[in-house]
Amino acid sequence: MSELTMDSLKAIMLRCSGVEEGVDLGGDIAGQEFRDLGYDSLAVLEMTSQIQREYQLEIPDEAIEELNSPGDVLRYVNDRLTPAA
Amino acid sequence: MSGDVTNRGRVRPVITGLGAIAPTGNDVAAHWASARNGKSALGVISRFDSSGYPVRVAGEVRDFIAADHVPSRLLRETDPMTHFALVATRQALNDAGVNLADYSDLDLAVITANSSGGVEFGQQELQKLYQEGPHAVGAYMSIAWFYAATTGQLSIRYGMRGPCGVIVSEQAGGLDALGQARRVLARGTRMVLAGGTDASLSPYGLVCQLANGLLADGDQPDRVYLPFDSGAHGYVPGEGGAMFTVEDLSMARARGVPRIHGELVGYAATVDPRPGSGSEPGLRRAIEVALRDAGVTPGQVDVVFADGAGVPARDRQEAAAINAVFGSRGVPVTVPKTMTGRLYAGGAPLDVVTALLAIRDGEIPPTVNIADPTYAAELDLVRDRPRPAPVRTVLVLARGFGGFNAAVVLTAVD
Repeated sequence: MSELTMDSLKAIMLRCSGVEEGVDLGGDIAGQEFRDLGYDSLAVLEMTSQIQREYQLEIPDEAIEELNSPGDVLRYVNDRLTPAA
Repeated sequence: MSGDVTNRGRVRPVITGLGAIAPTGNDVAAHWASARNGKSALGVISRFDSSGYPVRVAGEVRDFIAADHVPSRLLRETDPMTHFALVATRQALNDAGVNLADYSDLDLAVITANSSGGVEFGQQELQKLYQEGPHAVGAYMSIAWFYAATTGQLSIRYGMRGPCGVIVSEQAGGLDALGQARRVLARGTRMVLAGGTDASLSPYGLVCQLANGLLADGDQPDRVYLPFDSGAHGYVPGEGGAMFTVEDLSMARARGVPRIHGELVGYAATVDPRPGSGSEPGLRRAIEVALRDAGVTPGQVDVVFADGAGVPARDRQEAAAINAVFGSRGVPVTVPKTMTGRLYAGGAPLDVVTALLAIRDGEIPPTVNIADPTYAAELDLVRDRPRPAPVRTVLVLARGFGGFNAAVVLTAVD
């Protein structure tokens, strides 16, 4: 599986959870907290569930709790995809 | 602040804002334009291929595009029942001229009725479950389907964190929500968002309803749902509902409310006796208690919005209850839901909207499609055309599957 890019992650976020009024996903959001972007813990769960299915990767619940920003997700996922590549 | 309430326990609950999403129209004005003129919105189900189903006719909400009104973030995690409520709420808040910034979140409450749950959302996730497996089921299934989902989303969206709740008593629920709104106002909440919506016209939703055995077959929209008619053989389902802002009269006036649609002066709820007991159903008692609660005599009631089950045995019970309280042809009776079908938790709130507009315009909207009234000697059924009449006091009845009866009395406020 190829790496998870920011564009793919944004597409997954939009598809799974849409976007809050007044939030622009177009800019640099890597370091922004999910809650500031309008995504609560359930939205993060939905997003990670989709990533697990698309990227055939298991993300344990304890790890999901630590994913606070899009940058966190990219790092977590790509660190674990690389060895298999 | 809740401590500012001067008439604690003696509130006069008034309805100051109306919102509606209904088969007859996607706002209050459109609904009333159809309903007052007897324009039925029933049709053969178009949402999905219903040709294999025993029930073909329904009252569908049409031309409603949720994405035009609801942000995508909220759209993804909610069922159409909640979309209807979100839009109807926006209408009601606009109508009421409310500036939510003037309130603390704990001074505002949300009380909705719900009956079907988020069945369309549920169907979509169940399909993923059996087609792709448990991992394909979305996280939002956990919050979208359940009865309280609409109350919860409204509470979050509008920052209403007072005593919120949901009432599940099938078709009676919309009136019970108003009764609960009154209780909450009496305890000091400044404004309650109350009402109910349901959206059960998906294949799974329809199949769930078939189990009660009360739905009407047939594919001629004007010959299917015939309450108080010799051809009555069940009801047709509808979707949508209505939302209200409810507040105390003195507080509404103090904030300079644009208009007061009417006052909730009486409410009662009863439960039918166990089936087969031979005891009288609870509807007459609900009417009598609501009138007593309102301090209104039967002679002062200008029109009754009947439940109109369309099921012969239940029509007979309702005709008997109305007759026992008002006497033969003692009061005009109407069933505007013959134009929409029965909207479950949304049915009675829509009737309340229609009743308040009847008060405003002095016109009783008709019951349609009744060719051969069964109870012509007892019930003065307003048929086919609106009946001009001074309307000051209205009794709205609703009965829910499972034995629920509810009645509210609404009056004009001078």
